[in-house]
Amino acid sequence: MTTVDPTYIAQTIKITLRLFASYREHVGVSVLEFNIALGSTVGDIARKTVAQYPDIIADPNKLVVAVNEEYQDHEFVLTDEDEVALIPPVSGGLN
Amino acid sequence: MIHITKDILDPDEITDKVRNPSAGAIISFLGSTRNVTSDRKVLYLEYEAYEPMARKELAAVADEMHERWPLHGVAISHRLGRLEIGEISLVVAVSSQHRPDAFAACEYSINRIKQTVPIWKKEYFEGGAVWVESPEDQHTSSTFNA
Repeated sequence: MTTVDPTYIAQTIKITLRLFASYREHVGVSVLEFNIALGSTVGDIARKTVAQYPDIIADPNKLVVAVNEEYQDHEFVLTDEDEVALIPPVSGGLN
Repeated sequence: MIHITKDILDPDEITDKVRNPSAGAIISFLGSTRNVTSDRKVLYLEYEAYEPMARKELAAVADEMHERWPLHGVAISHRLGRLEIGEISLVVAVSSQHRPDAFAACEYSINRIKQTVPIWKKEYFEGGAVWVESPEDQHTSSTFNA
């Protein structure tokens, strides 16, 4: 029986990325899964996503991001199983 | 009293939620879908939400209203999905003892909803469609990243 080195497991975390409205249409799906380095921030995910899908936004630093349904700034450090959502400029409510 | 639904909104039913014997004023605001944007004719609209977060953010707006004004009740309902022109997309009902509080809180809530609640609107024209992003919304984006 093989044992897994626990320090190795802790090196990466899995996050779910949710996309809405224009961002969802640019990417073509509403959910992406990412395995990223432990200690990664919201800003890291923003840059990674925009590098892969540049149509989303010109400057990844301008992305508005929620983690587990709360707005967070780009320095926020992610943890395993976090749900990260990219929030396009909102337009609900009235016209 | 927060509600997000694909069903048609009933303003009377939503307003009834804030009725109170000591409320001298009940304000209902109805947001209605408009047939023209920037001189282009809109055929219909679609609203999309990050639903669990939108519910939380709408509840936060209602809490802010209660903190700022002495209100008896607040009810906010937002519709999602395809809406035809002239349908109601948003209802905010507010009650208070005296009318200035309800009017001010109602106006405040509509501005906040446009800033913080993750709900998006797509307008469908003849030969195209566009997700609506107002300059005011762009300003909001930079605020959250500051």
